[in-house]
Formats: sequence, C-alpha cells, structure tokens
Amino acid sequence: MSGTPMFDARSRRRIARGLVLPVALLIAWELASRTGLVDPRFLPSLESIVRTGWTETVSGALLGHLGASLARNLTGFAIGTLLGIAVGSLLGLSRAADRLLGPTFHAAKQIAVLAWIPIISIWFGFAETAKIVFIAIAAFVPVVLNAQEGVQSASAQLVEVAHALRFSRRQLLRRVLLPAALPSILTGVHLALIYSWLATVGAEYFMTVGPGIGGLIIAGRERFQMDLVMLGVVILGLIGFTLNHAASRLEARLLRWRDG
Amino acid sequence: MSVTGLSLAASRGVVSGSLDRLRSFALALIVPLLIVVLWTLGSARGWLPEQILPPPPYVWQNLQELLANGELGRHALISASRVLAGFLVGASLGLILGIAMGLSEAVEDYVKPLFTAIAQVPTLGWIPLLMLFLGIGEALKIVIIAKAAFIPMVVNTAAGIRGIPPGYTEVARAFRFTRLQLLRRLVLPAAVPPIFTGIRYSLTKAWTALVAVELLASAEGLGYLLVWGRQMFWLDTMIVAMIIIGIIGYGMDKILSIIEARLQGWRIEAR
Repeated sequence: MSGTPMFDARSRRRIARGLVLPVALLIAWELASRTGLVDPRFLPSLESIVRTGWTETVSGALLGHLGASLARNLTGFAIGTLLGIAVGSLLGLSRAADRLLGPTFHAAKQIAVLAWIPIISIWFGFAETAKIVFIAIAAFVPVVLNAQEGVQSASAQLVEVAHALRFSRRQLLRRVLLPAALPSILTGVHLALIYSWLATVGAEYFMTVGPGIGGLIIAGRERFQMDLVMLGVVILGLIGFTLNHAASRLEARLLRWRDG
Repeated sequence: MSVTGLSLAASRGVVSGSLDRLRSFALALIVPLLIVVLWTLGSARGWLPEQILPPPPYVWQNLQELLANGELGRHALISASRVLAGFLVGASLGLILGIAMGLSEAVEDYVKPLFTAIAQVPTLGWIPLLMLFLGIGEALKIVIIAKAAFIPMVVNTAAGIRGIPPGYTEVARAFRFTRLQLLRRLVLPAAVPPIFTGIRYSLTKAWTALVAVELLASAEGLGYLLVWGRQMFWLDTMIVAMIIIGIIGYGMDKILSIIEARLQGWRIEAR
C-alpha cells in the first residue's frame, strides 16, 4: 500500500475538518472543568479521566473487568451463533420446519431482547449462566434470520447442477448450499457480534454480580465517580468499534473468492 | 425434487391457494399449542414450581386483572407517550442533520467523525452517564429515546440523498432550479423512501431504548412493570408485560412497513 493516494489534499482537508468539532468540544470541556464553570463532580477534567484509566490499568483491575466481559461475550456469541446457523439452515432447507417453527420464532423475536433479562434472571439466577444465556439469545436471532435467507437464496440453477451431478444430500449441503449462503450467514454473524456486545453490557447492568465493564460503570454511577463512568463508556465504545471493524475485515477476507 | 413433483406442487398451489394458507396457519399453531400444553401439564403435575413458571391460566387471569383495573393501560400509555415524544425529537433533529450531511460535503466532513464516535457508544452506555447529569426523571428518558432514534435517521437520510441518481440533478440543473426548488421538487421526493426506512429503524430503536431506560430507571411504564414483577417474583405479571412489549413493538413496525410498501409502490409507478 502506498501512502500517497490516502493523503491527497482532499482527504487532508477532510481529516482537518473532522477534527474541528471533537477538539473544540474537548477544549470547552477542559475549560469548563478547570474554571469551575461546571461542577467537576459532574464534568471531571480530562486529566483525571486519563489518570483513573492509568491507575485502573496498572492495578490490573481494568484488565480483569475487560477480560471477564470479553470472555462471557465470546462464549454467549459462540453458542448463539452456532445454534443460529443450525436452526437457520434447517428453516431454509426444510419448508416443513419453516412452517412449523418460523411463525413462533418471528413472534418471539418481536419482544425487545432486553425484556428477557428479568425472566432469565429468575430462571437462571444472577450468575454467569444467566448472562451467557441472554447473550446467546441476542446473538441467535440475527444469525437465524440471515442463515435462512442465505440458504433459501442459493440459486436454483446451482442446485439443479448439483442434482445433475448426483450429489448426495451431504455433498449438496457442503458444496453448494453452505458456500452460497456464506455471505448472508456472515452478515448475520457480524450483526450477532454487535448485538452480543450490547447484550453483554445489558446483562452486566441488570445482573451485577462479578466483574465486567458494565458492572464497572454501574459501580461508578452508584459511587458518583464520574471519571470511572466516563472511562467505562469510552471503553464500551472502543470495544464495540474494534469488534465491528474486525468483523468487517474478516467478512471481506472470507468472501474474497467471490470477487476474484 | 423431481420435475413431476415440481409441476404437481405448482398445480396444487393454483387449485387450492386458500386451503394452503389455512394449512400453514394450522401448522404455525402447532408449536405454540404444544408449548402451552406442555406448560399447562408441567405446572399441573408440579414438574416446575409455580414461582419458576406459573400455569397459563394464572397468566391469563393476571392479564384480565391488569386490564380491568386499568394498570396495564396506564403503564402502556406512559411508555407509548415517552416513545412518541423521544422519537419526534430525535427523528426530526436526525432528519435535519441528515439532509444537511447529504447535501453538503463540508457539513459531512465536519460532523461525521464526531457523529460516528457518538453512534459507536451504545444507548445502554449513555444511560448511566446521563443519569448523573439529568437524574432519573422524564428528561433522561426522552433524551435517551431521542438519541436512539436520531442515529438511524441521520444515517438513512444522508444515504438517501447521496443516492439520488445524478441524472435527476442534471435535469434539475438544466431547468435552472433554485436551491429551494431543488430541495422541494427533487431531493425530498426522491429521498422519501430511504428516509422512511430510516423512520422505521428509528422507531424500532426508540422502542428498544424505552425498554432499556425503563428497566434501569423508572417508576412507571411497561419496563417498570417487568422490574416490579421481578422484585415481587410475580412471573405472571412479567410474562404479561413481555407479551405486551412484543405486541406493541410488532404493531408499530407492521403499520410502518405497510406505509413503506405503499411509498415504494408509488415510486415504482412514478418511474
């Protein structure tokens, strides 16, 4: 990759313009906090947020929270995604299954996912299991929808060719249907990654036992430690951004054969 | 499927379309019925304690009670008015910013990075932060819901305006449209369908945000009904609240998708 086309005059101007508002905002913030215009308890100085971040990192507490959140996020995501691919493929392959299960699934998915939290906490307690179940549900829904659509949209011509070549059912699935459905499935997995991160935060808010970024934020709010809350919120955004970015990259990589 | 099987299926479909619809309706009911039967049987036989899964008649009775004493209506009305207020604020601000970003590259350059950063932090992340600033009153709920509705509105409006075929703009230029004419005669009509998609997303997000904010900080509304049921260990109340949340969410989306289909149809006819 050569650096020149990325930094021509046009994009330089774009970057400069993009920085104006955030920098202005940060300066206004710092001034308001330093001059005491706004109560620093509400608007802690940037320095104190960075300092909190540093002490929390050095003490290892932040990494502990982060690790706990990511571990339960990925566990729930993996369970939800695998089940979602299985159920979605089944609904896409079998018309009978779609007619039997489809309507129930579509009705259940209308319930906003957070509304499941109270009942899940009664069924599974406040501990780790309940959180993972909830995260898995959040990841499950988009994967089912997209896997089903992907399998159903496999071109009829391809399926016909496979029949002409006398593919077995297994071969048909592995060689034709799943590759054809892959782009759609990956879209579902990508959505699942985003949803499961939201669900992780939600689960940690409402079932606060044990470490996690969500728990850190709630604790900060309860102790009225604005710097801790803001630190947590920034980390939330950063993790979401990183997961999203990683998923896009992976998707592009896995689908390279399509364009080549 | 063999060729004869295909043609047989096709002819059958022509002959008995309504019978087919009836059959898929019946098939769709099997699983819910099975669940209710198992659920009833399970509660009757004591497989599951009542505190974990109350029998369906309890839930039904609870629904009727909550309807009769007006509690359910009151909570639903409060939730609906919060969503409406937050949605109106967020979506109209989003529409304005989206139009500005769609029309002017400079505005987009200035605003987009900050907008992306704000959009990156999920609604759930904003709630505790804003609780410290705004308290847990009505202002918090409206701001959170408005923020949730704002983001998809901006994204879809800007994309819709950017997606207007350049041919249209060229024609408008040939007719020497003024800026106002351009906006009223070309940009808004051409961008209506994508903007409407934005409205639909916004309302869905607003509804989800309502549930979140009512779960965390509220003394009224459907989300509160859930929390209250949780504290009292009233599972029947919780199940009723979940079903109502689902029905309202579904109803809103259904109405908007019908309007959306109409709008798309209008666009196809206009071509």
